[in-house]
Amino acid sequence: MRNNSVRVIALAAALPLAALTACTTTDPSVTQTTAAGTGSPAASSPASKDWFDQTLYDTQNQQRSASFEGDPEQPYLQYIAGAMTDTSKFAAQGPQKVCFANASISNPWRQTGWITMNQQLKALQGAGVISEMETRDAKDNDNTQIADIDYFIAEGKCGAFVISPNSTAALTQAVERACQTGKPVVVFDRGVETKCATTFIHPIGGFAWGIDTATFLSEKLKSGDKVVALRILPGVDVLEHRWAAAKKIFEEKGIQAKDYFTGADPTEIKKIISDELATGDVKGVWMDAGDGAVSALEAFEDAGKALPVMTGEDEMSFLTKWKQTGIEAMAPVYSNFQWRTPLLALEKIFKGEQVPTEWVLPQKPILADELDDWLQRNEGMPSGHYAKFGGEDLDGYPEVWQQRQIP
Amino acid sequence: MSTALNSERSAILKQNRASRSERLLRAVRTPGGAVFVLLIGLLAAIMVLNPSFGEPSSFIRFVGRTAPIAIAAIGQYFVIVGGEFDLSMGSVVTMQVIVAGNLIGQDDAKVIPVLVLMIVLGAFVGLVNGLITTLLKVPSFIVTLGMMLALLGLVLYWTGGAAQGNPAASFRQIGRGGIQDVPVLDIIPYPVIILTAVAVAAFILMRRPFGRMLIAVGDNPAAAALAGSSVWWVRTRAFIMSSLSATVAGILLVGYAGVHPSVGRGYEFTAITAVVLGGVVLGGGRGWVLSAAAGAFALESLFTLLNFMGVQATWRDTVQGTIIIIAVAAASRSWQRKRKGASSAAHDEQHQLAATPTPTEGTEQGGERV
Repeated sequence: MRNNSVRVIALAAALPLAALTACTTTDPSVTQTTAAGTGSPAASSPASKDWFDQTLYDTQNQQRSASFEGDPEQPYLQYIAGAMTDTSKFAAQGPQKVCFANASISNPWRQTGWITMNQQLKALQGAGVISEMETRDAKDNDNTQIADIDYFIAEGKCGAFVISPNSTAALTQAVERACQTGKPVVVFDRGVETKCATTFIHPIGGFAWGIDTATFLSEKLKSGDKVVALRILPGVDVLEHRWAAAKKIFEEKGIQAKDYFTGADPTEIKKIISDELATGDVKGVWMDAGDGAVSALEAFEDAGKALPVMTGEDEMSFLTKWKQTGIEAMAPVYSNFQWRTPLLALEKIFKGEQVPTEWVLPQKPILADELDDWLQRNEGMPSGHYAKFGGEDLDGYPEVWQQRQIP
Repeated sequence: MSTALNSERSAILKQNRASRSERLLRAVRTPGGAVFVLLIGLLAAIMVLNPSFGEPSSFIRFVGRTAPIAIAAIGQYFVIVGGEFDLSMGSVVTMQVIVAGNLIGQDDAKVIPVLVLMIVLGAFVGLVNGLITTLLKVPSFIVTLGMMLALLGLVLYWTGGAAQGNPAASFRQIGRGGIQDVPVLDIIPYPVIILTAVAVAAFILMRRPFGRMLIAVGDNPAAAALAGSSVWWVRTRAFIMSSLSATVAGILLVGYAGVHPSVGRGYEFTAITAVVLGGVVLGGGRGWVLSAAAGAFALESLFTLLNFMGVQATWRDTVQGTIIIIAVAAASRSWQRKRKGASSAAHDEQHQLAATPTPTEGTEQGGERV
């Protein structure tokens, strides 16, 4: 008996430990950004924070139809006209070393971007702009990334910093410390709560995504129809913004939307859809990121039900399935080509050319009439590839992306 | 003392010769039996909330999708009843899912060789877990925790943490397909057939010398060793079976859901919860294998019920944690009562029988204790 109780105690003591390890593995599945799961207050109290922000909603709503400066053939260099940063003090001679603090490469979106970024790096190395890029991967951990940035600062060999923050609040001070070195700092993807960066590069944003997708579904469906919203996890601002906007629109249009957190786990997604199909008809599926879109559709197929109207993402697996099944769908895009922009921005900065202080990149969804075109342009690409990766003109295209060797 | 013993024996005898319905009633009152009642209650509640769930075709699909976790629970049962834990199960599932996705690709010809490789890999992981636990005397808790992290790291290294794409459709049929056009049921998913086979095999195994020995080892390894069983090999085999069941679960999940590094996440805890819910005592020596499978079904039904009731999915972990605690508490109380047997006033039935002894009936040895 004593033996037993000792074991039970051991298990009880170990549960939180193992739960913690399980928790950290939850994070990688976030598309776009990262999981704030490891210690960000936002993640631990999703209900206490109202993510809807009318000002931001209105701004992004307008930006959806804004005109972009620059060549549409090079969307990764386009931006919305606005305040510019004078970078003459950063003008530099000869190739510079770039230090990149990356949140992670733990999802297909980040991996695709990372491959593109490396090809862009090679091009700029060849052009004598960048000597080398030292990258530290924070593996979805705020603390690791803060340490990474401090390591770069202490090392003192960085000609410029590129930071893709793991979470907004936690990384703010580390980014400020990088700014204090007097070197250019480029922040991209997710933001931080400081304006000190030379440029902050990002596509329009989560509200625009939510508006595009929810408007599409509301137009295709009738008031009273049921939509299942599949969300990856709570507490990540980009994802929460997508849902906040979509939820508002669904409520206005009388669409019954029921949201679930899936952790991007296809097993969960299938169970959720199966259960929902057992309770009644599901007319639409909304996703805050396309990872797992195929599983959602398979659940309809397996249950023998009519396929839904759906919004996924520009991931090849979804585009292919969309084409195969002929469903009514759209693919919102969180522009993957933004991974090229930080290095190209540095090229300008090292020349002392102005760059937008907030560099808002185009974010244009793929609609049904463009589907064939995007499938054709990405023929032979693997299922985790993102159609709008924007690296067609780089060396190594298409083999590097087709073989998907992570650098 | 001897009269007390005698009356106790006859009480046991009486118990074992009780009518079928009485024995059933008694079985239901044990933790391992109560889970079946719980399961029926949960299923009934789901059907009240959502009558279409009770349609044969929906119900068989529910059984099909629960099959992987039930198979994992059966595997975990072997380890737990033998007095150990297997925390590496979830990582084994994930590893196998990734192996299938990366090695099979779209090539149908690779399905069989990769299947064989997966089974070998599964058995190997179990063997390592078992040998380190038994021969190096490292607590299984640490060994399998280490194995869990090691495999997870390996998967992350291999994939970078993202999915590579689904394997050939023929391989996925194992977990996704079924026998079509069956009357009434509409479809019999292959996972249901595989689960049935695994459950029957496990049931038979637990009635064979290996199963008896495993329970003896879990109950009291020293006594079992003195009685001549090789404790290390019995336990190692339990670990191998656990990893193999995780492999089978992985194969089914690739079919059901597709390849993703998140598949299998938390599986070890769901399996342990299911086993504990099935009344199996942590620390070993007590519990029935089919109750573990029933525990898995009860757990999944509970989640489905919560889902139909509109409870937020974010509560799920809380529910699971609470269940582990309550089930362990209930099971240990109940088994303690049982162990004390006739001498305990708490066990009313036996107490009553012991109080009114009936004349002895020739043989002293009844059948097995229930």
